[in-house]
Amino acid sequence: MNFFLLAIFGVIGGVLGGMGMGGGTLLIPLLTIFLSINQKLAQGYNLISFLIMASFALIIHSKNKMIDIKSVVLLDAFGVAFCILGALLVSQIKSDILHILFAIFLILLSLYQFYKFFRKDY
Amino acid sequence: MKHQKKANKFGRLLVDAVFGSIIGFINGFLGGGGGMIAVPILEKIKKLDNKKAHATAIAMIFPLTIASSFVYTLTIDFDWTTLAILATSVTVGGIIGSLMLKKLSGKVVRIIFAFLMLGTGVYMLVV
Repeated sequence: MNFFLLAIFGVIGGVLGGMGMGGGTLLIPLLTIFLSINQKLAQGYNLISFLIMASFALIIHSKNKMIDIKSVVLLDAFGVAFCILGALLVSQIKSDILHILFAIFLILLSLYQFYKFFRKDY
Repeated sequence: MKHQKKANKFGRLLVDAVFGSIIGFINGFLGGGGGMIAVPILEKIKKLDNKKAHATAIAMIFPLTIASSFVYTLTIDFDWTTLAILATSVTVGGIIGSLMLKKLSGKVVRIIFAFLMLGTGVYMLVV
């Protein structure tokens, strides 16, 4: 394992993640492509790293009055059940298949970004 | 009037249920990316401005990630050295990123990022 690359990738993913711009969507493929970490592991590393990073990022954002907590309460109430379901499903599925599904998700996400960009929603 | 108010309330609940469930599922199943979906939803449905939506997305994903991480920890064998290095470097990056958000014009960053995602997605499919 190349620890230097690992740390570089972590910082890159962290910067984007701290801005709420999809740190994980970048970090996960960096780990799988360049460090040959399997998809499931990469997803788990991302989740846990995010937790620690977000604890700090949220302090900064809430000091800057950037968080509207009442917007998320209901979304989260429903989300928690489904994230547990999703996470349990991961153990039932092959890493290779998960890798392909993740790739499709990335492509769809990027197409949406382009669509937004050309509609000048930014 | 009263009836309509009730219908609106139910509609909003339904919207939260649908999007909350989708974001939650993505967070658990793909181990990330839920926040990317949360941002436009917070902008369009909750009418948050762009920067607030980004910061609030992190707050939204946080409890979901606690639940997902818990399941992953039970089902997957992590290499703890790798995790320690990643968690530390992601946190350092995250602090930099969150200090930058307030001052940033995200347009350029996001379009570069969109190209990166597209390229990466195609690469993952082909290779």
